Amino acid sequence: MEWETVIGLEIHTQLATKSKIFSGAPTAYGAAPNTQACAVDLGLPGVLPVLNEEAVHKAVIFGMAIEAEIAPYSVFARKNYFYPDLPKGYQISQMELPIVGKGHLEIEVDGVSKRIGITRAHLEEDAGKSLHEDFHGLTGIDLNRAGTPLLEIVSEPDMRSAKEAVAYMKQLHELVRYLDICDGNMQEGSFRCDANVSVRPKGQNEFGTRAEIKNINSFKFVEKAINYEIERQIELIENGGKVVQETRLYDSVKDETRSMRSKEEANDYRYFPDPDLLPVFISEDYKAVIKAQLPELPQAKKHRFKDQYALDEENAAILTYSCQLADYFETALKESGCEAKLCANWITGELSAALNKAGLEIMDSPVSSERLAGLLARIRDKTISGKIAKQVFEEMWQSTATADEIIAAKGLKQITDTGAIELIIDKIIAGNPGQVEQYRSGKDKVFAFFVGQVMKEMQGKANPGEVNKMLKAKLKR
Amino acid sequence: MHNKTIIQLAQGLRSGEFSSVELTQAFLKRIKRHQKLNTYITISEDSALRNAKAADVRLANGNPELLTGIPIAQKDIFCTEGVKTTCGSKMLDNFIAPYNATVVENFNQAGAVLLGKLNMDEFAMGSSNETSYYGPVKNPWDMNTVPGGSSGGSASAVAARLAVAATGTDTGGSIRQPAALCGITGLKPTYGRVSRYGMIAYASSLDQGGPMTRSVEDAAIMLQTMAGFDEKDSTSVDLPVPDYSAGLNNSIAGLKIGLPKEFFGDGLNSDVAAALETAVNEYRKLGAEIREIAMPNLNLAIPAYYVIAPAECSANLSRFDGVRYGYRCENPADLTDLYTRSRGEGFGKEVKRRILMGTYALSAGYYDAYYIKAQKIRRLISEDFKNALAQVDVVMGPVSPTTAFGIGEKIGNPIEMYLSDIYTIAINLAGVPAISIPAGFVKDKPVGLQIIGNYFAEDRLLNIAHRYQQVTDWHLQPPKGFE
Repeated sequence: MEWETVIGLEIHTQLATKSKIFSGAPTAYGAAPNTQACAVDLGLPGVLPVLNEEAVHKAVIFGMAIEAEIAPYSVFARKNYFYPDLPKGYQISQMELPIVGKGHLEIEVDGVSKRIGITRAHLEEDAGKSLHEDFHGLTGIDLNRAGTPLLEIVSEPDMRSAKEAVAYMKQLHELVRYLDICDGNMQEGSFRCDANVSVRPKGQNEFGTRAEIKNINSFKFVEKAINYEIERQIELIENGGKVVQETRLYDSVKDETRSMRSKEEANDYRYFPDPDLLPVFISEDYKAVIKAQLPELPQAKKHRFKDQYALDEENAAILTYSCQLADYFETALKESGCEAKLCANWITGELSAALNKAGLEIMDSPVSSERLAGLLARIRDKTISGKIAKQVFEEMWQSTATADEIIAAKGLKQITDTGAIELIIDKIIAGNPGQVEQYRSGKDKVFAFFVGQVMKEMQGKANPGEVNKMLKAKLKR
Repeated sequence: MHNKTIIQLAQGLRSGEFSSVELTQAFLKRIKRHQKLNTYITISEDSALRNAKAADVRLANGNPELLTGIPIAQKDIFCTEGVKTTCGSKMLDNFIAPYNATVVENFNQAGAVLLGKLNMDEFAMGSSNETSYYGPVKNPWDMNTVPGGSSGGSASAVAARLAVAATGTDTGGSIRQPAALCGITGLKPTYGRVSRYGMIAYASSLDQGGPMTRSVEDAAIMLQTMAGFDEKDSTSVDLPVPDYSAGLNNSIAGLKIGLPKEFFGDGLNSDVAAALETAVNEYRKLGAEIREIAMPNLNLAIPAYYVIAPAECSANLSRFDGVRYGYRCENPADLTDLYTRSRGEGFGKEVKRRILMGTYALSAGYYDAYYIKAQKIRRLISEDFKNALAQVDVVMGPVSPTTAFGIGEKIGNPIEMYLSDIYTIAINLAGVPAISIPAGFVKDKPVGLQIIGNYFAEDRLLNIAHRYQQVTDWHLQPPKGFE
């Protein structure tokens, strides 16, 4: 039988606010345990939550970016359950009236684009952390993370493969960073995913029973976990079994999912509106201001890069993966006045490789877009060749000097003086009669040997176009 | 000294008749002498004397406020930095808050002297002060009767002159009913008028702090310090605070008073009804016009309240889990054991009853039938008040169906106990302000008159109540043995 997979994702994005969603405590990551938690975060008797307007602002930005309905009136609710790192015994979240309603996101898989529905996105507070190591059989509680603002983005069950799920997750990851509402740091848990996975016989309308895989924190693991789960479910059904609705955990070491709790064991969260918080009202004016300030979104930017700069799909996709990279490209292009393709190749090639090697992000690049533009300008006006440029780039990476300063200091200026080049060419032809013979008898490959010899003799500074032209003339058969 | 009003004491402090330290010492002495009333859970003698000394300096330096140097007491539901805050529960018997409630902070800023923390029903759940972990409070008018609840310690202490004034909180009548049963003045302000920050939550959408005093004049002064917007409480309302003392003597001629017939039917003790009739007559003499009105949904208040309040409390009290503070059971075997025994041993019977009721009402499959329905009723009741207050200026009625009942009389029968708040609960559901003032005696026990006003019309309520106190002396009479 042929099977179809149905996947929906719930993604928790940590909103990049300075303070927590309901208190003034900072959200900074990595501080000593319980140093970033105030009386409100600790759930002391008598304390009350006060909503951080910045979290609402960021949620609305997201909603506008996915063309969603923004609720004119949304309500916070209490989700009740006991856990040691949940200080109040309930999490403040949103249930019936989330701030962001139906929206959508375009993804592209193998060149085919597809619209994925987004059911809703709601604001909630994060819990603390239970620390099981270092406490000799006891558990430590760190409430630094408690109260950190989250936007939980729930998709429709619109994805049909792990590949689509990953494409959706990547697209969303790119979007929240473009919008500057989330730092996207997956290692620190700023972007976490729960996947709902089910299978059904191809052609069947009803969904199969789904399993929810909790807390997967990398693109690679999402793909692996979903593929494992698809295999597990198909195998189970084909062997006469039934999928049960349950929550499962993905073990990345064993590359398998394991049952965590069944539907029967699931909590009844007893949601009800939080009487400590007022409803949130979003006006048309508020939305209009945000809409006017929305940056160009990744998809639109990619298409523009392809149209405006005649870039191929791959380069356009890489350059628009982050807003910073795209800005870097556009600045370098404008300052250098060079061809878009040359600029793109340099950024996706030389620069990206150097950044990767050093483990740096584009915004921390030692070579700024203006400095790179200086180098590209010298390639454009043929002061140096592409090969010499790589050498100059290496120097620039190590220092703060401009391309011009390095070219001058090292005497790397390209030689276009035909007289000087001719002298060398004559010398090489005279010194290699065998090769000249070979070339003249029709061995085209030998031509590269002559170019190499001339360039070597001239320390790479000769204008390659000139060398080619003159060599061809001299070696004329 | 202990019979003087706040204004008289403030004058005495300024004229040098007595110092704040002397005044504080006098009250501390009375508190100790009358410990059998069991009004205080904590007497903060050392800090009280320290603060009195500071108040005397402030008085001498010439920048005092009206309450500077005046000894008051806080219901033990308000968090006080450095002084134990128990909420009447074993669960918090060891809890010292690291911060002050906004109300406490306001009194500290004013220079008031905190004598200590007053007994109360556990987590403010009760109408007799018998659910306190620290034992029942006695009513100074009759030591065999209850003072009412949940602010029973506050009412008894003020009636017995063990504090000049006190704070209380009112979720379904917890200021007004004990005020009535102890013959004092108690005001529940409009929901949102007084900050709830640092006031341990019972039912967040109903809880409201307010003053408990011997006179309306003192209540106006206390409310002045308590009221106001607080950015730490999203449900507090950002409206200007009027001068509550300024209009106390305004004429009330032409005042339209509504008497809902639902307040005067079966269930109201006939002697109490007679006393209220006399009180209403007094208002007629002051020039008020009396009308009978209908508030058809009032009879739904108790069932709606006993869904909404327990539902909210079931979540509010989840934080008491033995993990971070408060009571923790001995040698927990595992996490479940830690939770179940800490909560099982730390909470009393009534608290557990309400947590269970609330958990049930919010459960899947019951939510619509209980919680949603109760919220609909709540809106109907609010409509009743809006309609009534469109026709009349204030609504008057009883506070409690009877005078103070015997200790042990109702504690075994929760339904009967819940019915003792039948006239007060609807006010909390609607959120309007109401005051209880002494309006006579039945068999030597005080009777309270309830006056209910429009949203944020506390000044008007105080004015109407004060005019009555100018022509009556019920509020001036001390209980025997506490003169």
